[in-house]
Amino acid sequence: MIHLKKSWRSPSRSPAELFSHLVVWLCASISVVTTIGIIAVLCKEVFAFFSHVSLWEFFTGTEWTPLIEPRKFGIWPLISGTLLIGLGASIFAVPIGAITALFLSEYVKGTPRIILKSVLEVLAGIPTVVYGFFAVFFITPQLQKFIPDLDTFNALSAAIVVAMMIIPTISSISQDAFEAVPKYLREAAYGLGARKYQVATTVVFPAALSGFVASVILGFSRAIGETMAVTLAAGATPRLTLNPLQSIQTMTAFIVQVSLGDTPAGTIEYQSIFAVGLVLFLMTLGANLVAQWIVKRFQEKYR
Amino acid sequence: MMSWWDKVKSASVKTAGILALFISLLCLGFLLWDVFSKGWNTLSWDFLFRIPSRRPEEAGIKPAILGTLWVMTMTTILAVPAGILTGIYLEEYAQPNWFTKFIRINIANLAGVPSVVYGMLGLAVFVRTMGLGRSVLAGAMTMGLLILPTIIIATSEALKAVPDSIRFGAYGVGASRRQVIWYHVLPEALPGILTGIILSLSRAIGESSPLILIGALSFVTFAPQNLLDGFTVLAIQIFNWAGRPQEEFHHIAASAIIVLLIVTLSLNTLAIFLRTRMSRRKEG
Repeated sequence: MIHLKKSWRSPSRSPAELFSHLVVWLCASISVVTTIGIIAVLCKEVFAFFSHVSLWEFFTGTEWTPLIEPRKFGIWPLISGTLLIGLGASIFAVPIGAITALFLSEYVKGTPRIILKSVLEVLAGIPTVVYGFFAVFFITPQLQKFIPDLDTFNALSAAIVVAMMIIPTISSISQDAFEAVPKYLREAAYGLGARKYQVATTVVFPAALSGFVASVILGFSRAIGETMAVTLAAGATPRLTLNPLQSIQTMTAFIVQVSLGDTPAGTIEYQSIFAVGLVLFLMTLGANLVAQWIVKRFQEKYR
Repeated sequence: MMSWWDKVKSASVKTAGILALFISLLCLGFLLWDVFSKGWNTLSWDFLFRIPSRRPEEAGIKPAILGTLWVMTMTTILAVPAGILTGIYLEEYAQPNWFTKFIRINIANLAGVPSVVYGMLGLAVFVRTMGLGRSVLAGAMTMGLLILPTIIIATSEALKAVPDSIRFGAYGVGASRRQVIWYHVLPEALPGILTGIILSLSRAIGESSPLILIGALSFVTFAPQNLLDGFTVLAIQIFNWAGRPQEEFHHIAASAIIVLLIVTLSLNTLAIFLRTRMSRRKEG
């Protein structure tokens, strides 16, 4: 079979065939050009940015006031705001996503499983600006009944809606990982007299742990890149805090804030969004690469 | 025989599962209920065909709907062929070497890049360097790049699922590679590709941050007439209204959300329906 495959993949030399080969190759190169473009654009403006601001100030400063005098460019308030949303959303979404995935994969079969999974995907299909609206006009007023000193814009309600957004990511990838656990492992456990819940919690879950971890990392990466919901709900106050009841600002929300103000190119404000964008890009890229590496290791385990 | 302790643990695992599912569904229910209860009264046919106004009771979403249509049509024209052809390259043409591997990893990572970063790319390259300005074309090109990885991955998965026997059969009767792909492999993979395209378009319709980055205007009272006109889209209109202090604007924001949700959720349902039918056909 391998021999056959090789022979039918050998390229024909007719001009029409070569032309189609060229066309599909050119299309494939768009994605490479896009990556190069993103990195080039970010780096170009970031170099300009760091000719005005020292690296030391950017990475150690604890105040971020690029739009008002005296201008300070310490990235940490934005990073803490972003992490507050990312970690806060994970606290809600990881247990719910994991338990949902395990339940759907081990306890629900056939049509109900497909229906429930599809309904969960509806959560992923709702535009993020709608989540922002829901956070500001429903979740925050409801929470304020229990937490009177909650700010109008706060990290908590933003984290809750971001959690709603990433639950489908976590549960759907985890469910695939749980379902990919070989049947013989389950059967061996049943053969030893294990109960269904024991198979689920002590055999299937540990066997698919890496897939689950990858889903959590991907969910986290989505959470920190989320833009519209946190722009609407979390506020515009860059603040180095881990208190979720206060108004904060994430990296993405800062980028949107500056672009809404129609900033001319070449100014330090314009360059600062690219500096923040590069940090965000590197954080999500790092998270995605780690997740891919974990998934790859997992796939090889049962081959 | 189950001991009572076993029974408790078994029941609590099951309860936790049902509870977790219930919480998600409850959140979804609250969201839909909240939006419909706030926006239903101000939603009317008139609302769809009026232009935005400083007075909420006279405002409508006509330019936003037309802007969304313009941008999405152009995005589809730009991204769908390129995405499908890239998928074909990866599955049917590429040799298994380091370059192909690099492209695959690259695409997987592009799919994870936050949408706001695509907006920065669009702003620097399409709006400024290429001089397209804050136009429909610049918006559609940015959106196109954003959804390209999703379409490529969906195409790639769908092509992988086509059995090799179909390719061998076609080659066996003397078809060229182009004919094999066009007449035999693509039709077989089409439902899968279509599902991916619909899902990515549904995502793009609700996406607003890249368009805000490239400077789509939030107060537009006209519909775009050509590709280089300024524009607004539904999601940005919602963002704009939701951010105003007056409560009346929040109600019309909710009405616009209902319109947006009807569109995106119908597209999602269509995609899920297609996918379910596909998997049934494969099993059956």
